[in-house]
Amino acid sequence: MSVVSHAPSVPDGPRSALELMRVFNALALQGFGGVLPVAQRELVERRQWLTREQFVETLSIGQVLPGPNIINMALMIGDRFFGWRGAFASLAGLLALPLVIVMTLAALYARWATEPLVAGALRGMGAVAAGLIVAMALRLLPTLSRNALGRGLCLLALAATLGAVGGLRWPMAYAVLGIGGTAVLAAWWRLGRSA
Amino acid sequence: MTFSGADWWALLAHFLAMSMLAIGGAVAVAPEIHRYVVEQRGWIDDTQFSAAIALAQASPGPNLLFVPVIGYAVAGFGGAAVALLGMLIPSTTLALAATRWGSTRRDSRGVRAFVAGMAPITIGLVLSTGLVLAQPMAHMPGAWLLIGTTVALSLATRISPVWLIVAGAAAGALGWV
Repeated sequence: MSVVSHAPSVPDGPRSALELMRVFNALALQGFGGVLPVAQRELVERRQWLTREQFVETLSIGQVLPGPNIINMALMIGDRFFGWRGAFASLAGLLALPLVIVMTLAALYARWATEPLVAGALRGMGAVAAGLIVAMALRLLPTLSRNALGRGLCLLALAATLGAVGGLRWPMAYAVLGIGGTAVLAAWWRLGRSA
Repeated sequence: MTFSGADWWALLAHFLAMSMLAIGGAVAVAPEIHRYVVEQRGWIDDTQFSAAIALAQASPGPNLLFVPVIGYAVAGFGGAAVALLGMLIPSTTLALAATRWGSTRRDSRGVRAFVAGMAPITIGLVLSTGLVLAQPMAHMPGAWLLIGTTVALSLATRISPVWLIVAGAAAGALGWV
């Protein structure tokens, strides 16, 4: 709430499912390496479809569910305004055009993959992609300091997951059920003790 | 490579399962997708897997879009459609069904314990994705330099990832990686 003087207590909301689709499409096209930060600025601050509290609430539910957070958020926001039609409109807006772009790139790559120049460029892009993903994980690390598990157990669970999945290449289900299950039980116990 | 009817079902079943496991987002299940499509099935190789992630990072939109690119590398446009639908259907259905359930229970001890317990696992899985992508390049010093520079620049500056990808493509095309 910076420049808006009339700051409405009830957010405005989109006028139609079509507008919902258009706005989510614009969000997706601006989002290189993550759509969530753009979504917060656009949906809460500029358009005021949601209050900041509603945005955080939607995000926290999206995080418990499987599937990318931004997809879950788009579905829930679309559903809030126009039911399943809205959910479908948001999802289509978020995915349709980016899908066309990425599939065009994939088809071009498949056609030219054996060209040394293209193969070299993709190798360089792959190294940058690996770096971007590592940086994304490192940026999330500070969020663990507020975790109910405590810092020690968090780092232990993180290291065990990295060793099992990244190092030993265990099937992920074992790591999630074994390490994740233990961590959730430990968090449950700690939350009960502190309450 | 011929792709049999059983292979199509296996591809669909794999991504349906990945959808339900993707609690930290699609990038968190990338190591498992790699283990299945590259190591176990041999449908694509490390180069194609890494290219799929790189192309998705170079495009606008959700990170999830590396999934149809992997499907495309495995079995053309049909593979892309099967992989994307498999990845979307279970999680979107659950998201719509769980919205109202979750909004009343998000402060409960069970939900809070789940979120707290899964957070370090998610970060561990995302780091594993970085490791899986970096490992085939382990013998290339240029690649390590590029990975390290990317990590440092994206943590220390607000530079857009697009420019880093463009710089990586240029360095690779010039034969430095």
